[in-house]
Amino acid sequence: MAQLLSPLPGTFYRSASPDQPPFKADGDGVAVGDVIGLIEVMKSFHEVKAEIAGKNIRFVADNEDPVMAGAPLADLD
Amino acid sequence: MLKKLLIANRGEIAVRVIRAAQDLGIATVAVYSAADADALHVRLADEAVNIGPPAAKKSYLNIETIIAAAIEKGCDSIHPGYGFLAENAGFSDAVTAAGLSFVGPSGDAIRLMGDKVSARTAAAAAGVPVVPGSTGRVDGIEAGRHVLEETGFPVMIKAAAGGGGRGIRIANSLSEFEQAFPQAEAEALAAFGDGGLYMEKVIGKARHIEVQVLADGKDAIHCYERECSLQRRRQKVWEEAPSRCLSDALREELCASAVALAKAVNYSGAGTVEYLYDDEADRFYFIEMNTRIQVEHPVTEAITGIDLVAEMLRIAGGEPLRIRQGDVTVKGHAIEVRLNAEDPAKDFAPFPGKIGDLRIPGGPGVRFDSMLYNGYQVPPFYDSLLAKLIVHADTREAAIVRLTRALGELQIDGVKTTKRLFLALAADPSVKAGDVHTRWLEGWLQDNARALAG
Repeated sequence: MAQLLSPLPGTFYRSASPDQPPFKADGDGVAVGDVIGLIEVMKSFHEVKAEIAGKNIRFVADNEDPVMAGAPLADLD
Repeated sequence: MLKKLLIANRGEIAVRVIRAAQDLGIATVAVYSAADADALHVRLADEAVNIGPPAAKKSYLNIETIIAAAIEKGCDSIHPGYGFLAENAGFSDAVTAAGLSFVGPSGDAIRLMGDKVSARTAAAAAGVPVVPGSTGRVDGIEAGRHVLEETGFPVMIKAAAGGGGRGIRIANSLSEFEQAFPQAEAEALAAFGDGGLYMEKVIGKARHIEVQVLADGKDAIHCYERECSLQRRRQKVWEEAPSRCLSDALREELCASAVALAKAVNYSGAGTVEYLYDDEADRFYFIEMNTRIQVEHPVTEAITGIDLVAEMLRIAGGEPLRIRQGDVTVKGHAIEVRLNAEDPAKDFAPFPGKIGDLRIPGGPGVRFDSMLYNGYQVPPFYDSLLAKLIVHADTREAAIVRLTRALGELQIDGVKTTKRLFLALAADPSVKAGDVHTRWLEGWLQDNARALAG
């Protein structure tokens, strides 16, 4: 099992806007460079890209959760 | 006079309002999110209430929780600061309906000025010059083509319901217009649930000039103008007062128009009427009215000696305006710069972190409004403003020298800040000459990226 970590402190979002589907759903596969969410830092938005590939993503951070840099966002097989 | 005030905000403006209230003998109640438990405004207020998790939507924007906190603590009033709920008409209404005084205008005045089309209509009716453009909402591209006869190119297309620079498109030709208009319509509908647009002529080289007003619902006065032409991504970074480009006659005309608008809408509290000033034509045009205290209010306080936040509190307490227009005089020149937790070397990327050694500048003519202290952890959840450095001197030239001196004294360890940007701007010949416009800084930043990276 591997983990995807937040590169920045801020607020985690799973989709680009509230009315859009999440970038990834639980169970999806992930390739290197896939966007898995956004981090809002001081009102600016930054894409979180997967640095490793894997299967069966399971988010441990919820949409709109406050996160610190290095906090786990999701588990991967 | 108000007896107990809840401050529905955080950061430097919460600190500013608490200080004004305490100077007037008004008890203060701070509110804070879980991320702000150690914030300076919480420490300075007489009491503090935790209103929820870090996300603003769940704390600083939660109207029910904030009003419940005010009632529970026995407050008689709420000051909204700027941002968050400051220009939310429903909040003003809800505060009033709860039997509390809202330190600001009525919900109706906020609604009228918050909608670009109704604001423009009200301004034109009060005799305030407006930028050539649509007289109201433009529904459909056919109606838009007719407006082009008024505006020519370039033309700006904005969502009627939008704000803060969102959903703005600029078309330089008919073909660009034909492409941009339907896109703007769809975008406005998606973003605001309202596809209404309006159109406006783009003034090539415009300065941003705004007039501070104070009003009590019946009478209104102005406290002269500020110039805020140095902007990055439509955000002001450096503000000053007075504006050196205005003749005395035009200044009087400009300020009188702001007072006329405030009176026409029965405005109450502190407000700012914003204008574009076209250097070439020597004319000004109304943009919008901000129905709150503004970030840059201290430059006006410096040149007029008026405590604008204290006057807001007096007005909200039911006192009539106590300052007469003839008593408002301008002395010297003031400049404010916004020290943000951003890295100028990396395209102003946000830089939250823990404040290390903090050295605050002092001496004559220097004011430092901030929520920083040694060891303060700057949270990543809110805007990046850390501090405002305000300098005041006899002349603009002396104010720039003083700004450089004060920036030299300032040390904020632990985070990157925009200090380096202001040291460079203060040394720039165009800034020294005041030869700038609202899009000047964007170009300067491209040309000087290396100096900022160094």
